[in-house]
Amino acid sequence: MADTSTSSPAVPGGIAAGERASRRARRGQSPWVRAWLILRRDRAAILAAIVLVIIVVASLLAPLYAAHVSRTDPFRSNLSGSITIDGQSVAIMQSSTQGLGLGVVPIGPTWRAQYLLGADAQGRDVAARLLYGGRNSLLIAGASTLICLVLAALVGTCAGFFGGATDMVLSRLLDVLWAFPVYLLAISLSIVLISQGITIGPVEIKSGSLLLPIGIIGIIYVPYIARPVRGRVLALRGSEFVLAARGLGIPRWRILRKDILPNVATTLIVYIPLMMALNIVTESALSFLSIGVQAPDASWGTIMQDGQTLLYTRPVVALAPGLAVVATVLALNVLGDGVRDALDPRTKLR
Amino acid sequence: MTRLRKPIIASTAGCAVLALSLAGQAALAQDRAALMEEHRGGTMILTAVSAAGTLDPMINYTSQFWQIFQLTYDGLLKFKQGDRAEGFVIVPDLAEALPEPEDGGLTYTFQLRDGIRFSNGDVVTASDVVASFQRIFKVNSPTSGSFYNNIVGADLCIAEPATCTLDGGIEGDDEAGTVTFHLMQPDSEFFAKLAVPHASVLPAGTPTEDAGTEAIPGTGAYVIASYDPNSEMVLTRNPEFTEWSVDAQPDGYPDEIVYRFGISQEAAVTAIQNGQIDWMFDPPPTDRLPELGTQYADQIHVNPLAAFWYAPMNTNLAPFDDVRVRQALNYAVDRNALVGLFGGPVLAQPVCQILPPDFPGHVDNCIYTQDPGPQWSAPDMERALALVEESGTAGQEVTIVAEDNATSRAIGTYLQSVLTELGYDAKVTAISPNIQFTYIQNTDNNVQISISQWYMDYPAASNFLNVLLSCASFTPGSDSSVNISGYCNEELDARMHAAMALSITDPDAANAEWALIDTAFMEQAPMVPLFTPKNIDFVSSRVGNFIFSNQFRWVISQSWVQ
Repeated sequence: MADTSTSSPAVPGGIAAGERASRRARRGQSPWVRAWLILRRDRAAILAAIVLVIIVVASLLAPLYAAHVSRTDPFRSNLSGSITIDGQSVAIMQSSTQGLGLGVVPIGPTWRAQYLLGADAQGRDVAARLLYGGRNSLLIAGASTLICLVLAALVGTCAGFFGGATDMVLSRLLDVLWAFPVYLLAISLSIVLISQGITIGPVEIKSGSLLLPIGIIGIIYVPYIARPVRGRVLALRGSEFVLAARGLGIPRWRILRKDILPNVATTLIVYIPLMMALNIVTESALSFLSIGVQAPDASWGTIMQDGQTLLYTRPVVALAPGLAVVATVLALNVLGDGVRDALDPRTKLR
Repeated sequence: MTRLRKPIIASTAGCAVLALSLAGQAALAQDRAALMEEHRGGTMILTAVSAAGTLDPMINYTSQFWQIFQLTYDGLLKFKQGDRAEGFVIVPDLAEALPEPEDGGLTYTFQLRDGIRFSNGDVVTASDVVASFQRIFKVNSPTSGSFYNNIVGADLCIAEPATCTLDGGIEGDDEAGTVTFHLMQPDSEFFAKLAVPHASVLPAGTPTEDAGTEAIPGTGAYVIASYDPNSEMVLTRNPEFTEWSVDAQPDGYPDEIVYRFGISQEAAVTAIQNGQIDWMFDPPPTDRLPELGTQYADQIHVNPLAAFWYAPMNTNLAPFDDVRVRQALNYAVDRNALVGLFGGPVLAQPVCQILPPDFPGHVDNCIYTQDPGPQWSAPDMERALALVEESGTAGQEVTIVAEDNATSRAIGTYLQSVLTELGYDAKVTAISPNIQFTYIQNTDNNVQISISQWYMDYPAASNFLNVLLSCASFTPGSDSSVNISGYCNEELDARMHAAMALSITDPDAANAEWALIDTAFMEQAPMVPLFTPKNIDFVSSRVGNFIFSNQFRWVISQSWVQ
């Protein structure tokens, strides 16, 4: 059906016969199935999804890679170690022997199992750290996206649906958050919380915990999602089907559950990949500034920071995580566009 | 015959040496005059990542600005503006000569040189000297309580700085041009303490508050014409200056010295390569070192420093309140690895003692190495693990506080790795270099272990051991508690006082005692000595006559740019 609709010649002044048939077929399908059918026709989105799956799977396999392929501990300094290449022992940290003999340079990419991408300034395997870093970067991005969407959905839906004083209070709270430049807010919160940790009642989050960047990144973007959610709910509240439901005396909670939330859900789903992309970049930025993921943990941001001191001699240490961020963010954005095209009723579904 | 001829030979040889020496000095003066004529002039451009704070020579305690103060201020005495170890020689500056001690080392009388003027045109008098020493206390100079507390009346000045008179401690006679100091106890380091910038002689009317960004008139070859910590400092020739001692305050070659701030190390290296900047204060980034060492070897100057990088462990906080843990970390740290992090063996030397190599009182003796002996050879992880197991502290949380710069953070990461290997739950926190040094000193911050450096103020063993580890240097709850380990050992304190007293009469015996004290401290391991750094200066191709003093590093004014 998908192939027919895309390859059918358009009839001037009307809709192609194939497209009419396709639409007739769609009428009997749920919106989710229709969205999936549209999405899977989007080659760019599918390719992006494949790239994402590869990155996620590779990151999940980091411990296996470190234990069985690179056979190194990516969290332990290895400044005096050596590896064997072509039967010869090669120091991981190599002192300069030319000129005045200044400087010590870590081994570059070997393109072998061990030190595939070379070593960082601590003599650690960059490839293994890249995979471990990916786990943390993706975990933080995913978890903060979830927190952000849940909070934004809650706040946006309540503000839009209940209106009045509830809307006023929640909207002003969002305005307060929105008033801070997002990175300034993230950096301020991180500086305060990362070194000290936080205690909320019986819950204590220690300094250096991954929960801190997750929470900070999750919160700072709430207004950016809650605002459009509130707008969507406001629009839905005045729509004919909701007015009809209210006229029929259906309870408000049921209208919310059956009519409002399913329609808001599509908006939120569209935001998932886009927010994840944004959160990966934010996490990398915070970690690069030493106020995100803390050593001994690694993320793509911390590896970039490690590579900053090796830009001239071993640029791959900074480039590798940079490329990983670019690839992941690009894939998430392309997938996000595809999901939006598939789900957003204001575009393709309408 | 032999008895007769010997004095004749000796006196003849003596005359010859004297004649050669005088001839040599005359030749040097002639050479210098010729060089001055050829190279005098031009603008020298220096750079640093950041400025170093106040311009007040009695308050600023940074090597960055102490180097500048050599050109702008003078004391009664000064470290010679000479090459290498000559920089350790104390020479008369505003004083005509080094005085002989009187009253068994309790009194020193200095005769001031005639006709020296401040940059504001006023003649330097004995009253200025007296007022300057009172001002040290009035502005709460960081060394008022450690360097100058031995002057009679200093205890009252420390208690009530605003009304400090140093009554009975210092007398000035404007007519005779003499200044007399009375000390409470003989002090073998008194001359050295007079030769550092905190003892600069300033005009008597100088406000008794931090001068901040306003330069105080001085007597040096240059004056600070303008200073903005966010952009630059400009030094121009002092119009009132005439050279009175080439050793203490030589006339400089450049007409103007511009010191720019806010330029990153990477950018500074490139600017020097391009000839846009003449020198950078900060060391070049480690990833540029191989390039500089091969392509710009002629513009690189590597010189030893009397300094060390170390990791002070808080002896009052777990797990480092257990000496076995402190010893374990000393055994476990691979100093060679740390030397690599600093740029390799050309730029640093592994140490496991507090006194740096070739420093008074240093005797090679490493107890925390695989084969204890004169030198550190390799870490002894087995022994370290055994000590940790014995202490029963494995699993405890340890936080390392490093400076937020590449080298300190790298060392912190390495120590975190070692501590993890020893069984601790270790992490690193990097905080701004602007506050890290004071932060780790304050016991209220509960810092367990940190990374720090110490550069000598003057060449004496006490400047390391007594300053860093005496009970007097430990002030709980204060940002100014330079005994960061919080280690107070009254027995070793008494031995240090005895060594300082001994150094007046028998410096060699005192230095031998300092070596034993160094070892005794290391047995208690309040810190992990890591390595002794070397100084690397990267200058532009137009900079000539580079002179490095072991005391205050590059003698800026003695290099030319044209």
